[in-house]
Amino acid sequence: MTTPPTPKALGGVGTYIDDRFHSARFAGVNLRKVFPNHWSFMLGEIALYSFIIILLSGTFLTFWFNPSMHEVVYDGSYTKLHGVTMSQAYESTLRISFDVRGGLLMRQVHHWAALIFIAAMFVHMLRVFFTGAFRKPRELNWLIGATLLILGFVEGLLGYSLPDDLLSGMGLRIAEGVLLSIPVVGTYLMFFLFGGEFPGHDIIPRFFTLHVLLIPGIMLALVVAHFMILWHQKHTQYPGKGKKESNVIGTPMYPAFAVKAGAFFFFVFGVTALLGAFAQINPVWLYGPFTPAAISSGSQPDFYMGWLEGSLRVFPAWEINAFGYTLALSVLIPALGIPGLVFTPLIIWPFLEQWVTGDKRQHHVVDRPRNAPVRTAFGMSGVTLYGLLWLAGANDVISERLDVPLYGTTWFFRFALILGPIIAFIVTKRICLGLQRRDAAAASHGYESGIIKQLPSGEFIEVHQLLTEDAETVAVAKKEVPALAAAVDGDGVPSPGSRSMMGRVRSRLHNFVVKDDIPVGEPHGNGHGDGHGGRPELGEAEAEERKELRH
Amino acid sequence: MTDNDNTNGSAGVPGEEPADGAETRRPRVIGTPPPAESHRLLSTDTPETDGDPYAAGPYPGMAHERSEERIRSGVRWAALFFVIAFLGSVAFVAGYVIFQVGDLWQTKWSNMALGGSLTVILLAIASGMTMWVRRVMPHYDVVDERHPLPSEQPEKQDFGKFFMAGAKESGFTRYPLLRRTLMLAMAPLGLLPLVLLRDLGPLPEKKLRHTDWKKGTKLVVDGTGEPLRAADFSSPGGIITVVPEGKEHDLDSIAKSTVLLIKLRPEELELTEEQMNWTYDGIIAYSKICTHVGCPAALYEQSTHRILCPCHQSTFDARKAAKVTFGPAARPLPMLPITVDAEGYLVAQSDFHEPVGPSFWERG
Ligand code: HEM
Ligand code: FES
Repeated sequence: MTTPPTPKALGGVGTYIDDRFHSARFAGVNLRKVFPNHWSFMLGEIALYSFIIILLSGTFLTFWFNPSMHEVVYDGSYTKLHGVTMSQAYESTLRISFDVRGGLLMRQVHHWAALIFIAAMFVHMLRVFFTGAFRKPRELNWLIGATLLILGFVEGLLGYSLPDDLLSGMGLRIAEGVLLSIPVVGTYLMFFLFGGEFPGHDIIPRFFTLHVLLIPGIMLALVVAHFMILWHQKHTQYPGKGKKESNVIGTPMYPAFAVKAGAFFFFVFGVTALLGAFAQINPVWLYGPFTPAAISSGSQPDFYMGWLEGSLRVFPAWEINAFGYTLALSVLIPALGIPGLVFTPLIIWPFLEQWVTGDKRQHHVVDRPRNAPVRTAFGMSGVTLYGLLWLAGANDVISERLDVPLYGTTWFFRFALILGPIIAFIVTKRICLGLQRRDAAAASHGYESGIIKQLPSGEFIEVHQLLTEDAETVAVAKKEVPALAAAVDGDGVPSPGSRSMMGRVRSRLHNFVVKDDIPVGEPHGNGHGDGHGGRPELGEAEAEERKELRH
Repeated sequence: MTDNDNTNGSAGVPGEEPADGAETRRPRVIGTPPPAESHRLLSTDTPETDGDPYAAGPYPGMAHERSEERIRSGVRWAALFFVIAFLGSVAFVAGYVIFQVGDLWQTKWSNMALGGSLTVILLAIASGMTMWVRRVMPHYDVVDERHPLPSEQPEKQDFGKFFMAGAKESGFTRYPLLRRTLMLAMAPLGLLPLVLLRDLGPLPEKKLRHTDWKKGTKLVVDGTGEPLRAADFSSPGGIITVVPEGKEHDLDSIAKSTVLLIKLRPEELELTEEQMNWTYDGIIAYSKICTHVGCPAALYEQSTHRILCPCHQSTFDARKAAKVTFGPAARPLPMLPITVDAEGYLVAQSDFHEPVGPSFWERG
């Protein structure tokens, strides 16, 4: 077998490009790029592909959508609304749905893709969090990702508002109330955003510009940056046989990964089309045009807004009136404080963790969640908080289905929102430590094979089988958190760093992270090794890094 | 699509690492060794064999035994799917021409025809490509060495010196006057867009404190615009939404002025004397804009006389000046003082005595 000759046309194109860009070497290197194989790496891909689908379907919608709040009387194909006064935005949404072939499909594809996009980003982020893939050198990509998630929320809210139907108008009304609750500048922000009092005539055209130009533009730039960084730093990989900090093992870009990724893009697009074809979403013609005086009960926002809805529902009715001013805590805290409480730790986590653990090493092999119990537990309590808020957003549905009074569900959620995350933290941490113990035992004694053997003495024992090489690499994959630089120097004088307030907070937190550590199992019963003694001192970060890479 | 079923164990991951550290620092080492020479990684700069380094494939040393028969069946499957995808496109165009949009059902059929065929096209292509990767292409893992991300120390130092030399040459480090005035010029630049945005909207002033109700404004029914006589609204338990006369189609006005009119038996009301004067014969008027974040508090439970806001379930007692009995709203719904005019039509006595809707900072 020999390599087939390059077809003339292809060679011609290649030469044309290479003459101008010197591209042979560059292309050769990049087509050989290696992608580790793991299902969880597909989550980010789903987000990327659904973003592309959103761009395509959204552009189609702009050809007919008319972002105007000018009022007209409807006389289009949907006869039930004949004679109804409505904004042109709503009218053109009806037109896309009932007078443009494929219009309803593209609307539904756009909406479904938006939901998939945000869900995929969300789960992708959880995978990065729980595996510690955000650690040095990937902190900046974490920041970009978190920004994308937040922009995704905003972009979805803007898009949801555009059709100007009854539900989307109610979303805007709530947004107005939230803006008004901001101390000092709230009324100004609201008047500037809406161009006057609610609803005015400016909000939809303004949201349209933000929705189709500004935010997608920023998101596109961030997505490109995200991938350039990823490409340059290469993927992380899960622990396993042969996988080291200094290499990356997987399928090369060309030819196999390219086709795999292509197949996956078509799969994501196909599923979105399937949903668009057969699963009705946001049937705005049923809701009618927006009017501030009417509302349909039992309406639910898109899933990614549910948690804010929940937090608004269960927060107690606190409001402070003093010195002629009003502080609407019952809006301010649940609508702005709670998202802040969720997003702030999320954004700063890589830096916070690095500060507490003092771990400035480069990490390319990811953690198994169990091997970072405090991080995993913290993440689980965040997920619990989010999940409970989200459920609280459906408290009326829950109370109806379970036939409990609304009052009861609300009080249940008030307690659960405080206790749930704490319980989640404790339980998760225990599970992680238990799993670590099991790994350590399996690494040193093998695993219990279930085979019972009788010894010559008559005693029965269970045969322990050694792990396979791959399983063993995984079982001992845990990396110790390094010790903080000595708090006390050679002469017993506390170092300046650890004497300060922050220094003390830091060593407390560090202690909290490492205090329950389970020593890493030593392979093949070579003793248990006390991990604590052997903690690497944090020397010069520089030297550490290079050592890490070579080991 | 991910799969790990590397059916050829020997071509997998190398068990050993190269003995000398220098190996790993080579610019790019790709490929894993064939079983016979597993002590050494093959790399792109290996001397070419027979003048064609890729005689055995793009990744020298990588192979994956798979029966010709299985590969052929994979090719056939892939081809079948690709043909189905093509037929899907034919169906899509046919569906576009055949199914017209219009009423709800026509539109639904058109949607299903277009969406269904699009789904077939896309999923068939996805399946064909999957067959291609899984059945036709070989499976193997390639090992790629990472370069250390931090630069070597001398490189870094050289760059630092170069950069500072440039700064010095430019005079930036030497002349503070230059530096500081440049900063002075730049600093306000970020604020200018904010100044420009000032005309996005008018100032709030006292606008949120007033609605369109004035002394004598008729209460007209939302939707029909008909004025309402007290005598026509006389059965206890009745509820109706009204807006100021002349503002029936003004959304900005409705957004603030909408009022919920409720008829109770006068003896059911538990109000202060002043509030009692704001009602007329058991007819009581509350702002319909929820004091939480502004949804219409549109639901009314006759048996308990409770007004419920469906957004976050704030509940107000219609008998007791809309006192909050449950939920996140912190204040009662403001009451609109009403009475009847000479002809018996319900009219406002005045505007609300406090701002309606969600709380805001200057509300006080
Ligand atoms: C990147 C994230 C995006 C998200 C999460 C998103 C989300 C949404 C949502 C939920 C709707 C309401 C759809 C409905 O049910 O009617 C919508 C409407 C719309 N979007 Fe997007 N969108 C995104 C990007 C874009 C882009 C890039 C464009 C244009 C280039 C676009 C154009 C439109 C238009 C014109 C509408 C109104 C049409 C209608 O509602 O029928 N969107 N968007
Ligand atoms: S707006 Fe009425 S309860 Fe929130």
